[in-house]
Amino acid sequence: MKPRIAFYWCASCGGCEEAVVDLDEALLDVANAVEIVFWPVALDFKRKDIEALPDGSILAGFINGAIRNSEQREMVELLRAKARVIVAFGICAQLGGIPGLANLSDAKDILAEVYRDGVSPQVRYSDNGRTLNLPAFYDTVKTLDAVIDVDYYVPGCPPTPNIIGDAVNALLGADLPPKGAVLAPDKALCEECPRKDTRPEKLLVKEFKRVHQILPDQETCLLAQGLVCLGAATRSGCDARCIRGNMPCTGCFGPTSRVRDFGAKALSAIASVADCNEESSVAQVMDALPDPVGTFCRYSLPSALLNRRRME
Amino acid sequence: MPDAFEPKIVAFFCNWCTYLAADLAGTSRLKYAPNVRTVRVMCSGRVDPQFVLEAFAQGADGVLIGGCHPGDCHYQEGNYKALRRYELLRRLLNQMGIENERFRLEWISAAEGERVKAVVNDMVEKVRALGPLVIREHEEVA
Repeated sequence: MKPRIAFYWCASCGGCEEAVVDLDEALLDVANAVEIVFWPVALDFKRKDIEALPDGSILAGFINGAIRNSEQREMVELLRAKARVIVAFGICAQLGGIPGLANLSDAKDILAEVYRDGVSPQVRYSDNGRTLNLPAFYDTVKTLDAVIDVDYYVPGCPPTPNIIGDAVNALLGADLPPKGAVLAPDKALCEECPRKDTRPEKLLVKEFKRVHQILPDQETCLLAQGLVCLGAATRSGCDARCIRGNMPCTGCFGPTSRVRDFGAKALSAIASVADCNEESSVAQVMDALPDPVGTFCRYSLPSALLNRRRME
Repeated sequence: MPDAFEPKIVAFFCNWCTYLAADLAGTSRLKYAPNVRTVRVMCSGRVDPQFVLEAFAQGADGVLIGGCHPGDCHYQEGNYKALRRYELLRRLLNQMGIENERFRLEWISAAEGERVKAVVNDMVEKVRALGPLVIREHEEVA
């Protein structure tokens, strides 16, 4: 019998699903080697099909997206029971990702903003003796491992084809990686950056720039040009795709294994290279970074030490 | 009646200046608010932003960093790095709903025992006025 595989998505954009499809012909090899038992975005299986399987009968469940409502929680708990290995696939499942920035707000404010003066969704509604239940919308977006036990992590927004391929091979190989491993190289992106040699020995930035403010040179270290490039704090493995597109790293591969809080370390790295020492000039330089949470915790807020805005 | 709120302040003091100043305050028998839990670090530049966030996450109502005056750093420029990180982290904390009064950076030399007393007392009073730092008071956990 072929090993059974399940895919599921929670609070995500669909990019991780796209990344799987982007495996192109390799996907057919994967599909031949395994039996896909669940993949809502691509194949017609129902929740009851999964419920009917014996516990532990799925080899691996790949789950992308953060957890932001009770339905997602139920589904990942179900998959956890059925799968021997759970892989947090993509940075939203691993650290919370872009949906995690909703932790700067809360359920009440988000629903008010989205529905304005319209009809706001209710978790439970009764009419003529019939009851309709909707998933409860959480105040705080959670990482997958805040809800269920996770065996492996595949980082990225989305994970790149080479990272996915390596991860699948690692899971199908004889020696499984240690539990909790992030299936990507454990060194900073700067190490594999094509512009590494143009990074000055002592890097100092007089003025931070945002991407719409300059036309960056295509050869030189982007941080040295004043762009907030988080390569120094970010795990490698993406082949520096953004840098090759002349865009700075925004940190979608998350931290290396030595770091607890990605945003704090990224902030520390950027602040350290600011070329200013007077209190007034430091304040002026930092004014160029109007959104520190969005800049440094863009993909990691639900995993941070302080993982949400203080609730009123 | 509920117990009066006593702020918990975590203070990271540089080994070469502010920590000695706190020591001097002690040997000079200066009295200041007992709300501060001091952590000695070798330099204010050693204060990783993770330490500050961890302190707040574990229930500190305020975090104080004490370093050498500009130009006086034992390691040349550690306090400048502390200043840059402080300025950016303070802005991040604002976005997270944490007020400026709860996070403070002060330059206090080894001779300034009086200043330790003044800064600690001032900070404790300001944080006391703000009340406890509760991140998720009304969160609905489903």
